[in-house]
Amino acid sequence: MTRWTSYIDESRKPYPFCPGCGHGLILDQINAALVKLQIDPRTIVVVLDIGCVSLCREFLTTNWMLGLHGRSVTYASGIKLANPNLKVFVLTGDGGVGIGGNHVINAARRNMGITVVLFNNLNFGMTGGEHSVTTPPDSITSTTEYGHLEQPLDVCATVAANGASYVARTTTFDENLSDLIAAGIANEGFSLVDVWEFCTAYYVPNNRYGRRQMEAMLERLEFRTGVLRSSPRPEYSRAYRQAVAGEAGRPTRPPQPIEARYTSRLSRRVACVISGAAGKKINTAAALLGRAAVGAGLWATQRSDYPVTVKTGYSISEVVLSPERVCYSGVTKPDLLVVLFPEGLARARPHLDTLTPADTLYLDSRLAPVQTAARQVLLDFGQTGAFVRKQEYWATMAVAAVLRDRHLFPLEALEDAIRNQSSYAEENLAAVAASEGLIKSST
Amino acid sequence: MREFITGAEAIGRAALDAGCDFFAGYPITPATPILLYMVKELPKVGGVAFQAEDELASIGMCIGAALSGARVLTATSGPGLSLYSENIGLAIMAEVPMVIVDCQRLGPATGAATTTGEGDVQFLRWGTSGGYPVIVLAPADAVDCYNLTRRAFYLSERFRLPVFVATDKETVATLSAVEMDRYLHEPVPKRNVAPADADHVPYRIGHPAEVPVMSPFGGPHLVRVSGASYNERGSRAWRPAELDRLNRHLAAKVDQAEDEIALVRADLQPGARTVVISYGISSGSVAEAVRLVRREGGEVSGLTVISLWPVPEQAIRDAIRDADRVVVVEMNLGQYRREIERLATDRQQVVGVNRVDGELISPDQILAEGGIL
Repeated sequence: MTRWTSYIDESRKPYPFCPGCGHGLILDQINAALVKLQIDPRTIVVVLDIGCVSLCREFLTTNWMLGLHGRSVTYASGIKLANPNLKVFVLTGDGGVGIGGNHVINAARRNMGITVVLFNNLNFGMTGGEHSVTTPPDSITSTTEYGHLEQPLDVCATVAANGASYVARTTTFDENLSDLIAAGIANEGFSLVDVWEFCTAYYVPNNRYGRRQMEAMLERLEFRTGVLRSSPRPEYSRAYRQAVAGEAGRPTRPPQPIEARYTSRLSRRVACVISGAAGKKINTAAALLGRAAVGAGLWATQRSDYPVTVKTGYSISEVVLSPERVCYSGVTKPDLLVVLFPEGLARARPHLDTLTPADTLYLDSRLAPVQTAARQVLLDFGQTGAFVRKQEYWATMAVAAVLRDRHLFPLEALEDAIRNQSSYAEENLAAVAASEGLIKSST
Repeated sequence: MREFITGAEAIGRAALDAGCDFFAGYPITPATPILLYMVKELPKVGGVAFQAEDELASIGMCIGAALSGARVLTATSGPGLSLYSENIGLAIMAEVPMVIVDCQRLGPATGAATTTGEGDVQFLRWGTSGGYPVIVLAPADAVDCYNLTRRAFYLSERFRLPVFVATDKETVATLSAVEMDRYLHEPVPKRNVAPADADHVPYRIGHPAEVPVMSPFGGPHLVRVSGASYNERGSRAWRPAELDRLNRHLAAKVDQAEDEIALVRADLQPGARTVVISYGISSGSVAEAVRLVRREGGEVSGLTVISLWPVPEQAIRDAIRDADRVVVVEMNLGQYRREIERLATDRQQVVGVNRVDGELISPDQILAEGGIL
């Protein structure tokens, strides 16, 4: 059996980090943790964030990926979701946690199986010592010329409060650092190890910062060290697979061919607009009309418009029927205009003005009178028995009334379309039957 | 046999038929139906569909999954595409195959979220830093949504590149009757991966336009992927010659493949002095306008550009060669017209028919504003 003695290419050393920088120390402790755990390097993917930490990549004898600043956790999540058998790491600085904090919180919340090692040197080392989200109060950095006024982000508390299953904080002086990291790797879910270290290029010289100051700072901020949370729970990528296991192998939604069992004598394009109220199945009825037309050998399109609040306001739907393929689905003027409910009347006003005597307005009789040049057909929903109160079927009934009035194609095509739509088929068929007495009068 | 289908369903079905097994996205009108479709359907084929915390994460997860061997789809609209921008750059740089559907809506920023537009046409091409080429396909109808999504998967694998399906609210949301025998079923082959028994150098190529062979994370090889300039081993590149090799390669693999990528639908009429060019949703209106003109005994040609980027220059030049007048119809204020203008000769007049009020361009508007009747 292969024994993995190192996950670092020792021949490439020394590390390129500044003298006294903690990055090399942390990398060596990650290596030590992996050697303890004996994980096949081909199953390891290390995702590196931007910053000095990214320089670690050239030394790794595992798979690695250098992405964009702050997004390392998202790539790591994608890798884990696609292949839960991989051991996925994120090596990031405090800069990466700042710009990508949302991703860190969400990965913790999901308990995504990623081990995040935070190389926390309290400032931006690569770009010139600017302050980061973890820079303590009163620090001197290149971008806090007039004092540092911000509270540092408690990364550990944040992820621990939001579902991370393993959280530890320590410093590069901790002799047990590799054990803390190894425990994080061994945890199947989301782990984060926050390692405080020196940036000897900027933070240390600018703040007269040493080991004593680091430890005092942790105390002053009340940032505890050691294992802060160890609470295993199901890892996301595996939990997802478990949740969907019953779906595997089930047939995907098949194409929905419509057999043209009926014919139509329609010789030209006809635009039917149904204007009604949101939540009243306007769209559903319009789609049924379109499907029915296809079942009668016609071409059709159906488009709709409704406000973002789907249960209030108007709902309007345009159906174009034609013996030729409908290439342009827009409607500049309806030939048939169905208006139901006060919201529908308000929305239909611009259309009403365009109607000519050759067009027909099908009007909810409660909304009459309406001024229009079109022929008017009044629909009296008071005469529909049980459907008087079932307003969500009125649009289907109105569609049936249009077909009864205009004979665009047989009513049976509509009934077939309803039968082929599994939901509420019986009620809709009953609504079609009840539409017989709907037409009150026509002018 | 006909089907009554939305573009969104056609895209989702095409993705499954093309072997897609990973989707990550964030809800956004009008792309949400694709997210819903994938959430429901992908587990049935053993895939993963995921709603991420934002679009930055959506595309990041797609990149990670694609590098781990998945065949990846995501779908968004303009505001989401804005957030995808940085990682589109990474996908170009690291040569990550994925299909991105942009369901365009009207206007900048939030715009008119539930109305249609085609304002992302230049943004899709130039939407990330560096300016390197991508492939953009624009479906004219639901059948195109199916066929071009499948084609996009093929092209994304072939070129290791994000390939865009540039559609719009109208096309994805409108139900329309389609003839089912127009669906194409060209197979999308499995990804060409490096053989297990040979050494693998992640980005080794023989000539600038060659596309390097992938090996997934977790496979037989150690894989290195970088958004920072890299040499053939994936390590940091800094010598001018290495940088030049990388950047010219990223351009050459697309630029030198115009013939392979180019797709147009030409309806040319001999003797016609006017060519009406369109793409996407307006192509249907152009088809009806052309039908009307010819019915009246007039002569006019129509050209639907399907592969918007790279611009199919030869096909467009061929189509407009004999024209005096070129009418470009689009649901923006003339974004693609500038591409046509640079291909037209001095004696050819190029005019636009445009609309940015969320309403579709009608055949009558094309005839009137295009000066065709």
